[in-house]
Amino acid sequence: MSALQVRRSLLVGLVAFGLLMVPWVFGAFTVSTFTRALVFAVLAMAVNLLTGVAGMPTLGQAAYFGVGAYAGALVSIHWSELGVVQLVVATLAGVVAAVLTGPLAIRGRGVAFLMITLAIGEIGHSAAGRLDAVTGGTDGLSGIRPVVVLPGSEGLVNEGLIYYYVLVVAVLAYLGVGVLLRSPFGLTLRGLRDNEARLRAVGYRTDAYALGAYVYAGGLAALAGSLWASSQRFVAPGDMGFEIAALALLAVIVGGVGSMWGACLGAALVVFTRDYFGQIVSGHAPLLLGILFVLAVYLLPKGIAGGRAQWRSLFPAARAARTTGETT
Amino acid sequence: MTGWFNAHFVSMVDGVAYGLLLFTLAVGLSLVFGMMDVLNLAHGTLYLAGAYAAYALSDGSWLGLVIALAVGLVVGLVGGGLLAAAVAPLQGRGHLDQAALTLGISLIAAEVMVMLFGAEVLPTAPPAALGGSVSLLGHTYPVYRLAFIGIAAVLAALVYLAFERSSVGALVRATVADRDMVRAMGVDTRKVLFGVFGFGAALAAVGGVLGAPIIAPGPGIDERVLVLSLVVVVIGGLGSVRGALLGALLIGQVQTLGVALVPSYAPFLLFGAMLLVLALRPQGLFAPGRA
Repeated sequence: MSALQVRRSLLVGLVAFGLLMVPWVFGAFTVSTFTRALVFAVLAMAVNLLTGVAGMPTLGQAAYFGVGAYAGALVSIHWSELGVVQLVVATLAGVVAAVLTGPLAIRGRGVAFLMITLAIGEIGHSAAGRLDAVTGGTDGLSGIRPVVVLPGSEGLVNEGLIYYYVLVVAVLAYLGVGVLLRSPFGLTLRGLRDNEARLRAVGYRTDAYALGAYVYAGGLAALAGSLWASSQRFVAPGDMGFEIAALALLAVIVGGVGSMWGACLGAALVVFTRDYFGQIVSGHAPLLLGILFVLAVYLLPKGIAGGRAQWRSLFPAARAARTTGETT
Repeated sequence: MTGWFNAHFVSMVDGVAYGLLLFTLAVGLSLVFGMMDVLNLAHGTLYLAGAYAAYALSDGSWLGLVIALAVGLVVGLVGGGLLAAAVAPLQGRGHLDQAALTLGISLIAAEVMVMLFGAEVLPTAPPAALGGSVSLLGHTYPVYRLAFIGIAAVLAALVYLAFERSSVGALVRATVADRDMVRAMGVDTRKVLFGVFGFGAALAAVGGVLGAPIIAPGPGIDERVLVLSLVVVVIGGLGSVRGALLGALLIGQVQTLGVALVPSYAPFLLFGAMLLVLALRPQGLFAPGRA
């Protein structure tokens, strides 16, 4: 094994250990914030798949997140407490929703795509508030039962156990996206971003690939929605509003467009800034988020995952010490 | 037909007032995007700043309104200049970074305004002389909205003429169409860009001062007017004054007449209209020809 591989597996091990230790180290509120960050990370991966990998910036993933959240909640209330059933049904619901709306969305690219997805998101948000019979309208949907992992076992009520449930599903989602990105399909999506005209000229049906990415991202966002329903046990139209869509996109930008671990880190940063540090400074969360975005754009043009060079340039003193160290 | 017209007359006049208000916002957004390729998500903040200025300074007298307008103009010019300076280093880095930066700025500004003015919606009274109602074809209608329609229509006509008929307007249109070519001909396009940014921002802030009695200032209003003007710009076509005007009038009717006609579909109308336009003509209904 090369030094790089050693360092890499060491890092992965450290992150895994840290994530596993969270419920043992922190109090209930912090653990629930970590849970929300994980759910948001899955949503951010879906946004990043479209925005960063396929080059189609989206403000509409919150709609599929909401479809998944409501689908998971309804399954839990009326049919089954089993987590697997909820996740599968919610993901399928997201896929169906994306198959139905995707052909419209992929008619545009760039800013036009952004605006179409914005419209889809806003219409989804309005629909959730109007379909009282299904969604409970603006009052939201409560009465979601604690999620059960294995048939016959107890439902998860403990904050730490819910965290582990969300963690396992989020890691599986991360691996699933990783496999996708290494597949020929994932490589073609990058081609779509870099030069769609050339890809089409070579004979690829680029619209089919764009739709495929859209449907995959829709299913992934719906999976996150189902996790949201099981962890919060309450779903309201606000969970699929413009704010969520915008924060998910900003998390991707802060994390580094195109990098999946960057998107996850960006999501965690956004959730902690809003829910945790925002609490500390008594409700000025938007102010902190605003400062975060401004600083991120100026100081880290490529995002957190944008490589070591830009981090080093932030600390000139360390860089100077390093270069003198190298010359002597 | 006359019965139908009579029943919805007030909605239609409201729609014109609403549409002209949206135009003052959308024209700046549209030109800045069309020229500089800058997606300015802090545009709604300028409206909100103008509306708060109107709330704080107008005391029912004409003088109060004039002071509020002057303050709004200055706030808009300074705000536009600062925003233009803030996005200048991001040249060539794409829309996403601009969106993140301007959204961040608007979040900070919104929070500062909440600290200054509180978290309530502040109903703003028009000047006392325009406070009453008149009879308009048998309907009572607020005088201020009629006056607003008059002023905003004059404003829109002036902007349109300046853009389409004057030499400065020709320079701006040329910069929208082909920035590099204009630069090659010896024009410092950065000055044009700054000028348009400041002009659009000042128009949005003045729209806020005049529009405060119609869309009152409060938290979240910046986001609402931003989304409305984005819809207008998308429907009208980027970088076109005529598109912004027609799109704004169209959306004004959708938001008032449409809601009056089909109230149960009200929340879907705005974005339904935008989706329809984008699906049929992704470049917008009145997009200018590009070189």
